[in-house]
Amino acid sequence: MEEILEIYKTTTTEEVTVWFKAAKISDFPKNGGACIKYKEKQIAVFNFERKNMWYACQNVCPHKMEMVLSRGMTGDHQGTPKIACPMHKKTFSLENGKNLNGDLAPIATYPVKLEGDNVYVGFAE
Amino acid sequence: MKKVVIIGNGMVGYKFCEKFVASERFNEYKLTVFGEEPRRAYDRVHLSEYYAGKTAEDLSMSSATWYEENNIDLHTSEMITEINRIEKTVANHRGTKYEYDYLIFATGSSAFVPPIPGVEKEGVFVYRTIEDLEATEAYAKKLKAAGKTEAAVLGGGLLGLEAANAVKNLGLNAHVIEFAPRLMPRQLDKGASDMLQSKIEELGLQVHLSKQTQYIQGDKSIEGLQYIDETELKVDMLVVSAGIRPRDEVARECGLEVGTRGGIIVNQKMQTSDSNIYAIGECALLNNMIYGLVAPGYDMAEIALNQITGGDNTMPEYIDMSTQLKLIGTEVASFGDALNEAKEDIDEITYVNKRTGIYKRINVAKNGKKLLGGILVGDSSDYNALFQIYNTAMKLPENPEDLILGSRGGDNGSLLGDVMDLPDEAQICSCESVTKGQICGAIQNGEAKDLADVVSCTKAGTGCGGCKPMVKDLTDATLKSLGIEVKDNVCEHFDYNRQELYDIIQIKGYTSFDEILDKKGNGGHGCELCKPLIASLMATIHADTANKEYVIQDSNDRFLANIQRNGTYSVVPRIAGGELTPQQLIDLGEIGKKYDLYTKITGGQRIDFFGATLNQLPKIWKDLIDKGFESGHAYGKSLRTVKSCVGSTWCRYGMDESVSFAIELENRYRGMRSPHKIKGGVSGCIRECAEARGKDFGVIAVEGGWNLYVGGNGGATPRHAELLAEQIDNETVIKYIDRFLMFYMRTAKPLQRTAAWLDRLEGGIEHLKEVVINDKLGIAADLDTEMNTLVNKFECEWKQAIEDPETMKRFSHFVNSDEDDDNLVFVPLRDQKMPEHWK
Repeated sequence: MEEILEIYKTTTTEEVTVWFKAAKISDFPKNGGACIKYKEKQIAVFNFERKNMWYACQNVCPHKMEMVLSRGMTGDHQGTPKIACPMHKKTFSLENGKNLNGDLAPIATYPVKLEGDNVYVGFAE
Repeated sequence: MKKVVIIGNGMVGYKFCEKFVASERFNEYKLTVFGEEPRRAYDRVHLSEYYAGKTAEDLSMSSATWYEENNIDLHTSEMITEINRIEKTVANHRGTKYEYDYLIFATGSSAFVPPIPGVEKEGVFVYRTIEDLEATEAYAKKLKAAGKTEAAVLGGGLLGLEAANAVKNLGLNAHVIEFAPRLMPRQLDKGASDMLQSKIEELGLQVHLSKQTQYIQGDKSIEGLQYIDETELKVDMLVVSAGIRPRDEVARECGLEVGTRGGIIVNQKMQTSDSNIYAIGECALLNNMIYGLVAPGYDMAEIALNQITGGDNTMPEYIDMSTQLKLIGTEVASFGDALNEAKEDIDEITYVNKRTGIYKRINVAKNGKKLLGGILVGDSSDYNALFQIYNTAMKLPENPEDLILGSRGGDNGSLLGDVMDLPDEAQICSCESVTKGQICGAIQNGEAKDLADVVSCTKAGTGCGGCKPMVKDLTDATLKSLGIEVKDNVCEHFDYNRQELYDIIQIKGYTSFDEILDKKGNGGHGCELCKPLIASLMATIHADTANKEYVIQDSNDRFLANIQRNGTYSVVPRIAGGELTPQQLIDLGEIGKKYDLYTKITGGQRIDFFGATLNQLPKIWKDLIDKGFESGHAYGKSLRTVKSCVGSTWCRYGMDESVSFAIELENRYRGMRSPHKIKGGVSGCIRECAEARGKDFGVIAVEGGWNLYVGGNGGATPRHAELLAEQIDNETVIKYIDRFLMFYMRTAKPLQRTAAWLDRLEGGIEHLKEVVINDKLGIAADLDTEMNTLVNKFECEWKQAIEDPETMKRFSHFVNSDEDDDNLVFVPLRDQKMPEHWK
C-alpha cells in the first residue's frame, strides 16, 4: 500500500514547474475543502477564507491510506492551520504536513495560487 | 561514551531503550540494538488484533524514525551468534564484531512445542511473531478455499486463548485443547474457568478440557488429533500455544549460568553470572522463575538501567503477577494469590451470576482484615480498586463481601471511597509502575497542569490503559486540592464549556460559527472539536438541519451518511419502530441491488446499505425518497431509532401497543440534534423484548399504563435505565421524555450520552424526577416550548439536499472531474462485497 504515498512529494513554490488550473474559486467551500484530480494524483485543496489563505496537500491519509483528507474538517492549532482526517481525527499541519497529534509520517503539501476566478495548484515534474 | 549493546528488539528490549532515552545520563552512552525479526519492536500482547485489521505498523511500539532520532543503532534481521566475554565483543551471523561495555540480553522466548509425534506435519503452526501469523493466515486461506474449516489451538492458557481468537478472526471454527481440567489453569479456579468457557462458547469457540494429545493424525498434512483417552478430534490446522521457552542459547554458549530448565540466571540486580552482562524479560530466570508477563519485564528493564547508570535499585523478592485483560470479548482479571497457592487459612467469598456471566472471587484472611487475592470474570471494572486494596493491605469493610457485591445500602460510593485516601506508594499504573505519589507529585511540583501532562510526564495509563479512570480522578482531585479550577473548556478556541456556549448562543441569538468565533472566541479559526459542537448547539437551539452550515459539521453530518473503512459511506433510511411493509422491503432490495450495496440489518431494527461512493449518495437518496423513505439520521448525534417488540397487536402476552407507540416517539424526536446519539425502546410487557432499559429512554407496558426509564446504555459500559415514573399514560410519557431530553441537551458535556450524564448529575435520578415531574427549577414550561419548536420544525435533510443544486455540489469526489475515487478496492464476501483489508 505504501506505494500510493510515493507519488506525493512536498513541493515548494520555488520548485513549481507546472501550475495546474484546478477549478474555480466558487467550486470550493468557504472554510472547508474539496478534492481535485491531477493526472494520477488526488489533491485536497482548502480555502481558509477567514485568513484569506489557501492550502493543498495529498488527499490520502497516511494512517490508513484512504483518499479522505479533503472531506476532513479544517481548523488551527495554536495558529498553525490544520486538517483533521474524517476517519480517526488524525490532524496534520497544512504548513509543513507534520502529524500534530501522533507520529505518523508527514503528508505532502503543495502551493496554491489564485488568478482571476481560478485556483491553481503547483507541481514539480 | 560507554557502549551498551542490546540483543533483542521485543517489547522489553524496546522499553529498556525508551527508559534509557528518558534517563538523565543518556548522553553518556551509545546504544546498539540487534533484532532478528525484520520489523521494529511491536506489541506482541495485542497480536491477535493483526487479524482484526490492525497493521504491523499499528502494532509497532515506536515510530519509524524513533531510533534514528535518538541516535540508537537498530539492526533488524540481524542475529547475534557469538559473544566473547574477554574481548567484550558480540558477533552477528556474518561474523561482524561489535564492542560493548554493557551487554543486555532481551532475547525473550520462543514458543514451546511439546514433543508430540507429528508436530512436523504441514498445517501445524506456532503463535509468536507476525511472520507466524502471516504463515497461519496463508494456510487458513488455502483451507477455506478447499472448504475446510476446523482449526485447533493446543493450550488453553492466556496465549492459547488469544491464539484461538486469532484463528476465529480468520473465519475458521476454533477448538481450544487444554491438558488441565480448566482454562487458564495458572490464573483461574474451576468456577472462573467454567464462566469463561460458557462465555467463549457463546461466541462459537469450542473448548475441550482434560485432553492429552498422543499424536497428530494425517499423512503429509494434519488431519486430526488423537488423544490418549482414545477419542479424537478431526481438524485441518493446529496452532501450538503450550507455553514458552526462554531464548538462552547464545548465553549458554558463552558460558553464562543458565537454569536446568532454561533461562539466564540473574540476581536481584538483573545481572547474570558476568557482572557486565544483564538479562531482562522472558529470557531471564529470576528467583528461579520465568515471568511471562510484560509488566515484570518492564520492571526488570528499569532495574537493569538503574544499575548500569550507577544506581542501586533491585527487583523485589516477590513479583506481582496480577493481570487484567479482555479475552475474546470477556473481561478477565486475577490478582494476588488468586488460587491460594500459599495455602493460607482463608475465607473464600464467591459470587456467581450465570445470567449475566459474571464470576467474582476474593480470598480474605481468616481474621477478615486483609485481602489476599481474587479473580474476576465477565466484569473486571472493580479490578483497580480491589488491586489497590490488596496491594496496599488496606483495611477491609466490616462485611468483606461488599467488595464484590457492592454496598447494598443504596449509596453508590466507590469501593475505595476517596482515591486521595490511598497511600502515596500505592501503585496506580502497574504497566509503567507509577505510584499515586508520582502522579500527584507531578501536579504539585508544577510539572503537569492537566491530565494530558500527567500522562506524558509519568507515562501512567500508556500501557493497557486500565488505570486511566483512576489517573483522571487523582489528577482532578489534586488540582482541586491546589485550588486550581478544573475548567472543561471545549478546546483552545473558546474559554467556555458546552453549557456556557449553549446559554451564550441562546441569549445572543448567534446564527453562524464565524459570528460566535469572532465575538466569543480566542482569536483562532476553530477546530474539529468546537466546530461540530457549535453546529450541534445551533441545531438544537434554532432547529437547523445539518445543511445550514455544512463546513462546520462533523464529517458524517457534512455528507449526511456514515463514513466507513475505505472512505465510502453507508445509507440508512428511517424505518420507524422497525415496521415496514413487504412492498417497502422489496423497494429497499431493488435499490440495494441497483447500486450493488452490501446490505445488513442493524441493531436498531433497520436496514443498512454499505459501499456507496460520495457521487452515488444523492442518486440513492433520490430513489429512496421517491419510494417514500426519509433520512434515518444514522450519521448524526441525534435520535437513531426507537426499537419495539411487536406488543399487544400480535403478541399473546402484550399489555399495550408497543409498535404504535414506538413509531409515534421515533417520529416525534427524529432529526433532533443532541450532545450524543440517542436511542429509545418500547416493550409491550415486562419480558422486555425491545431491550428498552438498555436505551437512553425506555418505555415498558405494565398494568395501568407505562413505566418510563431513562439513562440506559449498552456499549462498553452497559447501564440499565432508571425508573423515572410509573404507570403513566401516553401523553405523560411524551411530556416527561420531552423534558428529560431537553434538560439533557441543555446541560450535558460534549459527546456525553444520557447514561454518563445521569451518573454525574448531582442528586441523580431523584433530582431528575424533581426537575421533570415536579418542576423544581421552574424551567418545565421552557423545556416544553423548546421541544415543541424542534418537533414542529422537522424537515428531512436529504430531501432538502437533493432539491437544492448548490447542496448537490458537495457530493462529488472531485471538483474538477465526474470520476469516482479510483483508489477503492472491493473483495467478495458471502455473495456480497466488502472493502479490501487494511494493510
